[in-house]
Amino acid sequence: MALTLMKGSEAIAEAAIRAGARFFFGYPITPQTEIPEYMSARMPEVGGCYLQAESEVAAINMVYGAAGTGARVITSSSSPGVSLKQEGISYCAGAQLPCVILNVMRGGPGLGSIQASQGDYWQGVKGGGNGDYHLLTYAPASIQEAIDIMSFAFDKAEKYRMPVLFLADGIIAQMMEPVEMPEMVDYKVDPEKKPWAATGWKPGDDPAKRAVINSLFINTEELSAHTDVLQAVYAEARKNEQMWETYKTEDAEIVITAFGTVARIAKSVVDELREEGVKVGLFRPIAVWPFPYDALAEVAGQDCVKALLDVEVNEGQMLEDVKLALAGVKPAHFFGHCGSQFPTIEEIRNKILAIKEGL
Amino acid sequence: MAVVFERTKLLTDKQFHYCPGCNHGIIHRLVAEALDELNLDGNVVGVAPVGCSVFAYDYFNCDMFEAAHGRAPAVATGIKRAKPDTLVFTYQGDGDLASIGTAEVVHAAHRGEKISTIFVNNAIYGMTGGQMAPTTLIGQRTTTSPYGRDEDWCGAPIKMCEMLAAVPDSYYIERCAVNNNANILKCKKAIKKAFQYQLEGKGFCMVEVLSTCPTNWGLSPVEAMKWLEDNMIPYYPLGVYKDKGASK
Repeated sequence: MALTLMKGSEAIAEAAIRAGARFFFGYPITPQTEIPEYMSARMPEVGGCYLQAESEVAAINMVYGAAGTGARVITSSSSPGVSLKQEGISYCAGAQLPCVILNVMRGGPGLGSIQASQGDYWQGVKGGGNGDYHLLTYAPASIQEAIDIMSFAFDKAEKYRMPVLFLADGIIAQMMEPVEMPEMVDYKVDPEKKPWAATGWKPGDDPAKRAVINSLFINTEELSAHTDVLQAVYAEARKNEQMWETYKTEDAEIVITAFGTVARIAKSVVDELREEGVKVGLFRPIAVWPFPYDALAEVAGQDCVKALLDVEVNEGQMLEDVKLALAGVKPAHFFGHCGSQFPTIEEIRNKILAIKEGL
Repeated sequence: MAVVFERTKLLTDKQFHYCPGCNHGIIHRLVAEALDELNLDGNVVGVAPVGCSVFAYDYFNCDMFEAAHGRAPAVATGIKRAKPDTLVFTYQGDGDLASIGTAEVVHAAHRGEKISTIFVNNAIYGMTGGQMAPTTLIGQRTTTSPYGRDEDWCGAPIKMCEMLAAVPDSYYIERCAVNNNANILKCKKAIKKAFQYQLEGKGFCMVEVLSTCPTNWGLSPVEAMKWLEDNMIPYYPLGVYKDKGASK
């Protein structure tokens, strides 16, 4: 199949449509506005629904409504807008509604900047909204990878009955790359497969099958039983859904950990330093929830590995998970900038060489 | 033997949790009767709010959604867009619709969203124990307006029917009360009309129902009904505020 040169935001939007998404509710915000723009033109062509909500708060609640009917639904926003969605995301998680949420991260806190950032790692993987819940969270490092993840995102969301979050930095949405698109999936709501969905129950039908899309359990025992169900789902997802990439870690002395676009910069550093005889490798989580703790521990546990360097465009948010994986067995260093300033090859290189000096 | 009265199929057997004298029971019954009479055969979904009627999903005998506080019109929008042939209604109180959910209801009306909203206004936050609402009357004492609502400090009570009637694409807006038999029948007619308009593909419809809260007003059910008649109806006049479908 021929490769097509596509802008990230449009490619991700098209991939969602090909994965069966027929409902998009969103609100404009830079640097992801090309996603709603693309959806507004494309959804009518496939018999789908694009609706511009009055706010991100309303958009995620429209997702809640449409997802509760069993439809494949997606919304997108960028950091400040995703903050507004947190209420609805927690409700979707609580009500076990499958859906896909795109966060094209920009600098924060507050209005921050409109340039790319990775400052919402904690918001994405450590909660964001209230209560004990998780989202299957992916951090694509290329447009093709974002497309590939989208092609199974709805299946995973439906399998686990939980929302899927894309933590994509603004660069992924704004750049262009040659990509290969999957075929269109013919998705139809199947009440047998989604017995929980509102598909037209009527009086006289089995009362147990009446759809009640809800996250309220006023009785403490009932809420405990419900959260036990959620926790069992999360345990299953932790077991099955960890995704990561290792690059030249077999004999590495120093292993870089990074996600998203930063990992691509780090990869260039690995190649450059390898040519100079410095044994550097890269460990890149693709799913940041569930985090691949064991896989990272195994890589870091190799005798050859002396130290790790975590690189991010934030204050070191993923570093906390890296340290949990290392459990103090190997030292973890950090390099990064907060806000929207991406580290250069030169900066990461210098940091690696400084670490090597100190070994 | 002829059946002269029976349980409405659109209500479950679950016992209401509402306080004695609260009007929710009557309004639930009217909504359910109207739905029942329209023979929707499962093509109906309701959205419950946060507030006293938060458990409405336990009472209305159809597919139901429980929305976050104030978000019912947005949730209903998602449902209606996904299932255009289904009758979708929200059931919301005044804290939910007239305070935290104003953006959602105004924009549902603004889009001409083909949903029906039942808005129960009792001039107070009932579920949390009687705090001041945007609909609380001037001078009315609540747990957060212990000296009586002061207009200079927090404004005059908001009038949702008047406000939403001014939105271009709202279709039908009426305010009712269930304080006597005649008004109960009028209210049922209004609710049914809102549903019928939706089935005809018309735009946003809202029926506001003035309601008592004897518990938090500190009155007996009978006194509360009189207080509603003496204080609420004069400030919130009953009647049709907009009806684009009315014969000219």
